[in-house]
Amino acid sequence: MEFKVTKNANILTIVLMVVGLLFTAIGIAVEAGHDHGHHLGTRLAGNLLIDSFFFFGIGLGSLFFLALQYATETGWYATVKRVIEAVAGYLPVGIILMTVSLLYITLADGAHLYLWMDAKKVAEDELMQGKSVYLNKGFFWIRTLVYFATYYIFWKGFRKRSLLEDAEGGTTIHFTNYKKGALFLVFFAVFSSTSAWDWIMSIDVHWFSTLFGWYVFAGMWCTTMVVLVTTTLYLKKKGYLPNVNESHIHDLGKWTFATSFLWSYLWFSQFMLIWYANIPEEVTYYMTRIKDFNFMYFGMFLINFAFPMILLMSRDAKRHAGVLTFVGAIILFGHWVDVYIMIMAGSMGEAAYIGFMEIGLLLTVLGLFIKVVLTNLTKAPLSVVNHPFLDESIHHDI
Amino acid sequence: MADKVIYAMYDDDDVLKDGAKKLVAKGVKVSEVFSPFPIHGIDPIIGIKNTRLGIMAFLYAITGTMLATIAMRYFMIEDWPMNVGGKPNNTYLQNMLAFIPVTFEFTVMCAAHGMALTYFLKNKTLPGLPAQNPDPRTTDDRFVMELRLSENSNFTVEELNELLKTTGYVELDQKEVN
Repeated sequence: MEFKVTKNANILTIVLMVVGLLFTAIGIAVEAGHDHGHHLGTRLAGNLLIDSFFFFGIGLGSLFFLALQYATETGWYATVKRVIEAVAGYLPVGIILMTVSLLYITLADGAHLYLWMDAKKVAEDELMQGKSVYLNKGFFWIRTLVYFATYYIFWKGFRKRSLLEDAEGGTTIHFTNYKKGALFLVFFAVFSSTSAWDWIMSIDVHWFSTLFGWYVFAGMWCTTMVVLVTTTLYLKKKGYLPNVNESHIHDLGKWTFATSFLWSYLWFSQFMLIWYANIPEEVTYYMTRIKDFNFMYFGMFLINFAFPMILLMSRDAKRHAGVLTFVGAIILFGHWVDVYIMIMAGSMGEAAYIGFMEIGLLLTVLGLFIKVVLTNLTKAPLSVVNHPFLDESIHHDI
Repeated sequence: MADKVIYAMYDDDDVLKDGAKKLVAKGVKVSEVFSPFPIHGIDPIIGIKNTRLGIMAFLYAITGTMLATIAMRYFMIEDWPMNVGGKPNNTYLQNMLAFIPVTFEFTVMCAAHGMALTYFLKNKTLPGLPAQNPDPRTTDDRFVMELRLSENSNFTVEELNELLKTTGYVELDQKEVN
């Protein structure tokens, strides 16, 4: 069945974007007037990075999830495959936004986000000099472009073969996908960590944590599952996806539940080890967060952990559209706050607060994201026809 | 009360499932199915209620959490205050983070052991107890469906046998039980 974007959805995305841009403009004006506009550049750069990364992460997480299904030759997901693809289809737009943000930061010599991009700061800092082999503008951009190119090429291939499978059938494409999916996971295993170090961990340039990449990745994955389950529920409610039954929803709900645990587990692992060892160069990271972001930081952890745990624990809750959407909306915002603190704590520090600019840019990119995903849904039939496991998926019952 | 039990043996789980569907549609009550592995989708066909093992798991887990908390508080704070890595040790709350891994592990252990024991007890399959299955081959490659005459008072043994014949069993057995 062909999907058509409803008029209301179109209006919603436009309103989101217009209101968002308006708020951003107000935010810029407010910040420019405050303290001689001292923080304006940093705050704008930080916000660009937060929202472009957060939504890029959803697209990337979706691509990863698709590759995971390919590599494991899963059957159940065949009926929701087009939803996964539509969300992964945000990736090219996400890449453009990421490039713009990173370009802006690079041209502003780090904009107080990436201190290692600022030659003056590096000159007076021995630790940054030691890291400058890895953390320098040239190598940073080489890595960034390699990540983007890899993700984009895999995405193009997956999409092309998915549409081709609908036309041709057979199992050749399935086995190609299987190999490419596994290959993607190999690249992703390395890149998900290193890209998190490059884009986010290097904001706190003196600090490092080997676990950081997984932590960022887990947050990304959890957000992705929330988006996938809510998009599926939305389509289901509009009368599309006739082959998606309660069991598919239940499975997506379980993924949401499990990935929020994965995220909490990694958050806690990182926190507890650093708290226990109490080494000055490691604890500085948490000192900032405890001092300047106390309520927000621990509140964010609590909602991202406790909400899905308590509300999604029972079997019935994972099949209930209302509960899933409610929990999803809450933890979606929770994970945005997580990204916000990741980026703002190391750059703005105590001067950071959620104001017009933060809300504005979030709404703008959210509107764009919804628009792109809905447009992607119209570009291909919502039900795949020749997936080898389609029959299994239609009869999926747990 | 004396009761007659009919055992129909199959060599394929799908055949048994289709047979059970057919019988239930005719109003026969299938009281039990014995199988070497769980047969997907048989529960709703023969009318088995959803398991409440999950609720028990939750209760066992909560018990584990409580036991771990009480015990660690007593060991590490009250009885013999421990100072590990210079952490403040006068209250449990200040050391909370250090206790979370143990709490978690103990919770999982209690839930897992509790569930396993409950499962064995409920099915009367604790080690040493007599076997519950009518035929040792149901632990290998055979599937047995059990019909009780007392639950199928609308049918005679002959009628049941006649119905069973259409389901493609490989062996049929009858027993008098108390």
